[in-house]
Amino acid sequence: MRLIDSFARAIILALTLILPTTLNAAPLRIVIDSGVIEPMPFAAPTFVDEGGAGEFAARITQVVAADLSGTGLFREIGADAFISQVSSFGAPISYNDWQAINAQALVTGAVTASGDQIVVKFRVYDVFSGAELGEGIQFAGSTGSWRRMAHKVADAVYSRITGEGGYFDSRVVYVAESGPKNARLKQLAVMDYDGANIQYLTDNSALVLAPRFSPTGDRILFTSYATGFPQIYLMSAADLSTRALEQQDGTMTFAPRFSPDGQSVVFSLERGGNTDIYRLDIGSSALSQLTNSPAIETAPSYSPDGSQIVFESDRSGTQQIYVMSAGGGEPVRISNGKGRYGTPVWSPRGDMIAFTKQNEGRFHIGVMLVDGGEERLLTSSFLDEGPTWAPNGRVIMFTRQGAGEGGEAALFSVDISGRNLRQITTDGAASDPAWSPLLP
Amino acid sequence: MSILTKALILIAALGLAACNNPDRNGDAANGDGSPMNGTGINSSALGDPNDPNSIAYFNQTIGDRVLFAVDTSTLTPEGRAVLQGQAQWLLSHPGYAAIIEGHADEQGTREYNLALGARRASAAQDFLISQGVPAGLLRTVSYGKERPLAVCSDEACYSQNRRAVTVLQAGAGA
Repeated sequence: MRLIDSFARAIILALTLILPTTLNAAPLRIVIDSGVIEPMPFAAPTFVDEGGAGEFAARITQVVAADLSGTGLFREIGADAFISQVSSFGAPISYNDWQAINAQALVTGAVTASGDQIVVKFRVYDVFSGAELGEGIQFAGSTGSWRRMAHKVADAVYSRITGEGGYFDSRVVYVAESGPKNARLKQLAVMDYDGANIQYLTDNSALVLAPRFSPTGDRILFTSYATGFPQIYLMSAADLSTRALEQQDGTMTFAPRFSPDGQSVVFSLERGGNTDIYRLDIGSSALSQLTNSPAIETAPSYSPDGSQIVFESDRSGTQQIYVMSAGGGEPVRISNGKGRYGTPVWSPRGDMIAFTKQNEGRFHIGVMLVDGGEERLLTSSFLDEGPTWAPNGRVIMFTRQGAGEGGEAALFSVDISGRNLRQITTDGAASDPAWSPLLP
Repeated sequence: MSILTKALILIAALGLAACNNPDRNGDAANGDGSPMNGTGINSSALGDPNDPNSIAYFNQTIGDRVLFAVDTSTLTPEGRAVLQGQAQWLLSHPGYAAIIEGHADEQGTREYNLALGARRASAAQDFLISQGVPAGLLRTVSYGKERPLAVCSDEACYSQNRRAVTVLQAGAGA
């Protein structure tokens, strides 16, 4: 049975503060919104094996360093440059030795393993002010969750230095693709945010599109052609049990997304060639129609407080982005630049809308304020589409597809300043990513 | 919806059965002489293309598809002529039903193209109904940009992909 490890079993990650130390005002700071960033050099000497850790000490350290480096905000200093070694977690730090190699941040840690239990503790130091940044923290969990513990360490380090929430301990559900472009096979898959731990949620016997996590990550909405007609389905992340949602003969349903309380689904329903936006209460199956126009209305996404819905419509003649009250009613158009705008997604912080823009034969992923102001294009390619927000609202993942017969889809991420564009390594072609919330 | 129907849908959703997938029917019915028609397809099921009562004749001689301009679902004069031929054939062959597949080229976002494909399929369906084909014989499905016929990334291929294809279902309408 294919189970999603992180969701199927409640992995208890005990969190313990190690020692109260004096909190320093932190001069060590990266502000993500600022213009050009010189990545902050940091050192992460291999965590100390305090008993039974074996390979885990090195692997956890590597994942922590990869998480931080992968943001583009940090640059790891290789161990061959180290003057000091950290052979004891409790030993005093030789700040001069780390200053000499220009490490601005130092992350130390220790790992203990016993049976299937593993304990990871870490500290972060501001090397140039010669002080610990925040307090040491310890995580305990099963050995099978060692990568999650590494991500939690990296999230804590990232948060302390940037002041933003973390996003490394999260998963991404997406569509794994295979086969030729004119007969593409698709199946749902889920992976860690960095492409590790890929698990398949469906086989590829039916075309599937655009999965979405629930606000707590316990369920997944998606569109499937299992009956021969596109229809929205609800899957339990724990046991993969799946049921069809709203279906009326002669209609097509797609583009589902959860409300912030996880109780209802907003989606597109096509009838007689016309596509409008509807809301379905999952518990009662009560259906309400939110738009009613002869235009195409699709790709709805709730504001984090649940009071509004952003969506796309071609009622003006081309695809544009609109915001309406969560109950429906007259929408307000917010996209005003050149070209076509689609797939709007409200930021988890509530401050921005990510979108796909199509203009002069190119596709872009962009962000704008919720009133449409300060539009900023982050990417440009033959075909970029379908942005999804990291849980902290600072990074966006999306689909990039190449041109022509060999043009496969792949997952890319970029931060909201447009920096750090990178491809996520997946097991074959991939599309339609959707980020989970930060795991508990 | 009956409990049985729900159960069948659930089974299909679990990937255990997908026997009435019109996409597959579409592939099988793609015996229209296009170079896409690969090996392994039992084209004899489509009949002799010289036999005016065969599916192959419908697909190739009458024409099973109509094409659309960029981001439109308006039928062209050529498209209406093809659909008139389809309607006459369907009216004289009451044993057949049809699923009309709407498609879009790749120059659009996934959701929008699904909706656009539905508009195109619906435009073809409405025209067939206006020609007297019983509405109960026709269903529509949109594949958006998921099933391109031609895979290059320029207008030569895009123009073939912006289509509505009438896929006959033998025996289904009897």
